[in-house]
Amino acid sequence: MIRFILRRLVLAFAVFLIVVTVSFLLTRLSGDLAVSIAGPNATAEDVATVRARYGFDRPLPVQFAVWFGNLLHGDLGTSYLYREPVADLLAKRLPVTLTLGAVGLVLAVLVGVPLGIAAAVANGSVWDRLIGLVGLVGQAMPSFWLALLMMIWVGVYWQLLPISGLDDWQGYVMPGIVLAASSVPVLMRLTRAGMVEALASDYVRTARAKGLSWASVLLKHALRNAAMPVVTVAAVQFGFMLGGSVVIESIFALHGMGFLAWEAISKGDFAVVQAVVLLLATIFILLTLIADLLNALIDPRLRIA
Amino acid sequence: MSGRLTPSAKAALVIGGSVLGATVLLALLAPWIAPHDPFLQNLDQRLAPPFWAEGSLSGHPLGTDQLGRDYLSRLLYGARISLLIGAVTVILSGMIGVGLGMAGGYAGGWLDDAVMIVVTCRLSIPLILVALTVVALTGTSLVVVMLTLGLLLWERFAVVARTTTMQVRHREFIEAARLCGASLPHILLREVLPNILPHLVVVMTLELAIAILLEAALSFLGLGVPPPLPSWGLMIAEARDQMFFMPWVITIPGVALFTLVLAINILGDGLRDLVAGGHAR
Repeated sequence: MIRFILRRLVLAFAVFLIVVTVSFLLTRLSGDLAVSIAGPNATAEDVATVRARYGFDRPLPVQFAVWFGNLLHGDLGTSYLYREPVADLLAKRLPVTLTLGAVGLVLAVLVGVPLGIAAAVANGSVWDRLIGLVGLVGQAMPSFWLALLMMIWVGVYWQLLPISGLDDWQGYVMPGIVLAASSVPVLMRLTRAGMVEALASDYVRTARAKGLSWASVLLKHALRNAAMPVVTVAAVQFGFMLGGSVVIESIFALHGMGFLAWEAISKGDFAVVQAVVLLLATIFILLTLIADLLNALIDPRLRIA
Repeated sequence: MSGRLTPSAKAALVIGGSVLGATVLLALLAPWIAPHDPFLQNLDQRLAPPFWAEGSLSGHPLGTDQLGRDYLSRLLYGARISLLIGAVTVILSGMIGVGLGMAGGYAGGWLDDAVMIVVTCRLSIPLILVALTVVALTGTSLVVVMLTLGLLLWERFAVVARTTTMQVRHREFIEAARLCGASLPHILLREVLPNILPHLVVVMTLELAIAILLEAALSFLGLGVPPPLPSWGLMIAEARDQMFFMPWVITIPGVALFTLVLAINILGDGLRDLVAGGHAR
């Protein structure tokens, strides 16, 4: 067990180091940043000043060392757009994005898992196919288009929910549904596959033979075994949703981290872009690490890997 | 193999295949069947509604956009962009992913560990954010979008190629080829690849759908295909100001996008059943 945990921690750390390097290189290797920061009307002198101020005139490895050193002290640089430390900006914006992601995940699980169970129980029937079709539709729906359609009909024509902003909890509902829509098919298919396998197994037949009620067998015996991969994938989906918030927050004008990133990208605020990429990647690494460790804790077979 | 196929898998292959085939055909024939030049502006005939709505113009069956360009013509040319970007992305990402996956799966050991670390890194990096950043810093163009997506969407190819390579690695025919003195490239390309190809084709359909959706999302956000090219995502973005008064301006390109992706996914499902059926025997 300790060997497994150590191995998994080393892997997570190696991935983190590579991701740190990538998020640094991402904004450095594509063009001259000093020119884009100085703006279209800048003289050569202005560009030189900017270059010196941000340290772009130094060799790349030195820039990286300085940036990484600051990073370890929790200093993510300064946003030139907001003239504010990036770390403070992120701290202000992250709660909105995390809440949105949580709403999306809860909705996706609440819809995807029961649909998956229903499809497994009705395996091979018309209902199974219908649920499969729902999954296909969800998978093919462009999320930005779904967002616009909901704004038109749910927001404006039927006046059920606000179309932008975050005056109260209602502002989270539409964006949450849109985020959930792309994850429902994934969770549904996985739940269905796990349940089909579990329902065909010997322990379910034994439990039925003992005279346990169908509901008890379904939820206590089968679902428990089918749930493990679902938990892992739900963690991964949560990570994807935080990434997808860039599109959704910019459409619904929710001032979270995705909106911040979107603004930073379109205006060349590279310190913010770097920090958001790094933060999202770190959250993803931690989520998958926790999911793997949890699974190993529950299922001893996995510890050998 | 087809004798063992379930009716629903057959239906999936036929429906998905014919919709995708029809879209490819329409895209190829766009210059001949489009009623107008998709770039031609006519400011006198802006925002004409489609044929089913009142006030539609003859000659513009799907209406016109905010610059008076024929919507049907732009839709047909837009299919070319979606399919072109999707196809190039899948070829590029397929080569990267299959190369990495086969190398790791066949060699095992430290090389396999390295491949898995690279795949995990790629999964950890937020996809849309990085794609947007790269396009923003290198400029919006068709080529940039294709390269960016191609360099980002290979991880599923890698995972599937790796697993399937591991499964065939110790089979007799590989062993036999090795004993006959076949070179490593020969074994990988002539012995391993044909055996894992069916699984890769399934991944290909999945990635094609994802690439088309991502291109539309990037173009929608203004960091994909540059105007005046008629990308479906860009058409939706350009029509956004009008959407509350004339929902069809975003419904038409959206339905086209949704239908194409749905057809590809249905085809992919059918192919998956076909591959699974072939192995069950």
